[in-house]
Amino acid sequence: MKLLTYNFLTSKCIKKVKVGYPLKLNIMEQKVESTNFNPEFIQRVLPRLDWSAIKIAADSVGCQGFPDEINLETSTNDTELLQKLHHLLLEIEVVTGSLICPETNRIFPITNGIPNMLLNEDEV
Amino acid sequence: MAKRPEHSAPPEIFYNEDEAKKYSQNTRIIEIQEEMSERAYELLLLPEDESALVLDIGCGSGLSGSVLEENGHQWIGIDISQAMLDVASDREVEGDLILGDMGQGMCFKAGSFDGAISISAIQWLCNADKSNHVPQKRLYQFFTTLYACLTRNARAVFQFYPENAQQIDMITNQALRSGFYGGIVVDYPNSTKAKKYYLVLMTGGVQQQLPAGLGTEESNTEQISYSKKREMTKNIRGKDVKRSKDWIMHKKERRRQQGNETRLDSKYTGRKRSGRF
Ligand SMILES: C[S@@+](CC[C@H](N)C(=O)[O-])C[C@H]1O[C@@H](n2cnc3c(N)ncnc32)[C@H](O)[C@@H]1O
Repeated sequence: MKLLTYNFLTSKCIKKVKVGYPLKLNIMEQKVESTNFNPEFIQRVLPRLDWSAIKIAADSVGCQGFPDEINLETSTNDTELLQKLHHLLLEIEVVTGSLICPETNRIFPITNGIPNMLLNEDEV
Repeated sequence: MAKRPEHSAPPEIFYNEDEAKKYSQNTRIIEIQEEMSERAYELLLLPEDESALVLDIGCGSGLSGSVLEENGHQWIGIDISQAMLDVASDREVEGDLILGDMGQGMCFKAGSFDGAISISAIQWLCNADKSNHVPQKRLYQFFTTLYACLTRNARAVFQFYPENAQQIDMITNQALRSGFYGGIVVDYPNSTKAKKYYLVLMTGGVQQQLPAGLGTEESNTEQISYSKKREMTKNIRGKDVKRSKDWIMHKKERRRQQGNETRLDSKYTGRKRSGRF
């Protein structure tokens, strides 16, 4: 699972969960695979990213230097920041670990890089 | 006629390792899936030369995702079959994969995706595979959560294999109830083999005419227009708001906002003509 996906995932499909975001992130194994830097793509998704979840992701994988808050106007031309985001969001892969619902503590395991978001029928 | 796969077993069982293998080895299957994916991609109308983020629903082994990759887009795929996703991982697709059931909803934050694509998957939702499954409910849960996780000017395109006309209606109705606009595009309607159905949905923006199906002379699209949609909403709400004074005033206000020439409001606005003319 890429950390881009982490930024968009919620547990709101569980019955009675209101927001289900941000999920707690627990990483046991990770890997890095470099991909071509495409600044336009990062610029495009930047306004959709949740910064608190970026910080959680960066802390979990030990990426430093992300500001506490994001200023959309200046950031979209900040190549260094865009490059860092590219690395964090698209190059780091969570191989094993779990995601945890912030409201119910329901655990979603991640195995072989694939998070299992399937719910039991009594949870929907 | 061959039995429909949806009638033989639930999808997570039907798409086992043997079935999944076909989606990386059987050239005929691969060719067909890719061809439909390309057509669906065309109907998605994503901006050219820009890389967007697309959701692939029922992504399977990632054949549809490959078409997105080739066009320079990022994708996230969701599928209920572990075996299909394993094949996708083995193929080292660029997209990210999630194990999930579309009938339980799309578990993403609002406004995450520029578009969504789904090839040969949604007809599976018309079946009740578990005792507590109600197809209409699962379709509604799917479409409302999908609507929410798309951006405001997005499209979702589904190639699917309807079993009959009622299934087309059931799927389309739930999509429209969820806020989407759109309709069905039928390619090659006169050929039993090549005939293909695409449900093309839009979240908002300017209402566009759906294109004609391939291999058709005149338009073969069942565009569900605002008026049909209003009819349907009417049935839901139970009363006709059309042509009421409020409705007309609202329409006029919108026309003004759009800069169109609009008659001034008067005390006669929205009244019935006496018929003495
Ligand atoms: C015919 S395959 C197509 C796969 C891929 N889109 C392609 O074009 O190669 C249909 C896929 O839909 C998936 N599917 C069926 N029901 C589903 C559900 N409820 N939720 C998620 N995926 C589902 C199946 O697991 C299967 O991988």
